[in-house]
Amino acid sequence: MITALKNPANRAWLVLIVATAITWYLGEVGAAGTGAIVAMLLIAFVKGRLVILDFMELREAPKMWRILLEGWLILVSSLILLAYWISLK
Amino acid sequence: MTSVAAPPATRRLPGDLAIWFFILAEMLAFAVFFATYAFARAKNVEMFNLYQHTLDRNLGGLNTLLLITGSWFVVLAVQAAHRDDTPAISRNILLGWLCGAGFLIVKVIEYAEKFGAGISLSTNTFYMFYISLTFFHFMHVILGMVILTVLWFQSRQGMYGSHGANGLESGAAYWHMVDLLWIVLFPLVYVMR
Repeated sequence: MITALKNPANRAWLVLIVATAITWYLGEVGAAGTGAIVAMLLIAFVKGRLVILDFMELREAPKMWRILLEGWLILVSSLILLAYWISLK
Repeated sequence: MTSVAAPPATRRLPGDLAIWFFILAEMLAFAVFFATYAFARAKNVEMFNLYQHTLDRNLGGLNTLLLITGSWFVVLAVQAAHRDDTPAISRNILLGWLCGAGFLIVKVIEYAEKFGAGISLSTNTFYMFYISLTFFHFMHVILGMVILTVLWFQSRQGMYGSHGANGLESGAAYWHMVDLLWIVLFPLVYVMR
């Protein structure tokens, strides 16, 4: 178990599964509004980052590619947040 | 050769440079799609919230787990290549492929239920987005599985190992992109309200 967790891909998989369960649960309890939206976007951001760094293995890649993909994640989350913020007004 | 992180001096991009430009282009297309959905929703919140309730969140969540696990198996295949564990390369590619197949089956069940209820692209704006976004992604899962099929045959022929795994890494990167896109799509279309 401990040996398995030394592999960053295994750790990422575990966190991704738990994070997916949290998002699903927020849907089950009918979470809505600013707090729920921010929480779900944060969870998606953390998940996306794990895929980029530990699955795509960009953690040790040239910085430009890390910035481009993580930048995409920031851009997409920001646009969604902006659209939801407008809808709440 | 171990899978321990390389020192910063030897920073390298896994796979071919070309695949990363392709991935970036695909991701930008999806970014436009995601933003268009979010802003269209802002103009019609009640309608989007109403019809979002008709989506099967359990199936959407199950599909997230399948893609994450499928991605994970393919990382294990790449790691196996780096340590020359040839049987583990093809085994993990196959397991990743099966997760993709599971995703497609779940999605077809979901579509059958929706189309069976008479829902189509022209039903309303929400379903137009739901069907086109998920179907566009669906096509990417299929392409990812075609790539995994090629990689599986190549790995069986011993093409990948510590001597080189560029092709495998390129295909793996594409497969992870499919996973990454769904990680944004699932909360956006199925859960956020």
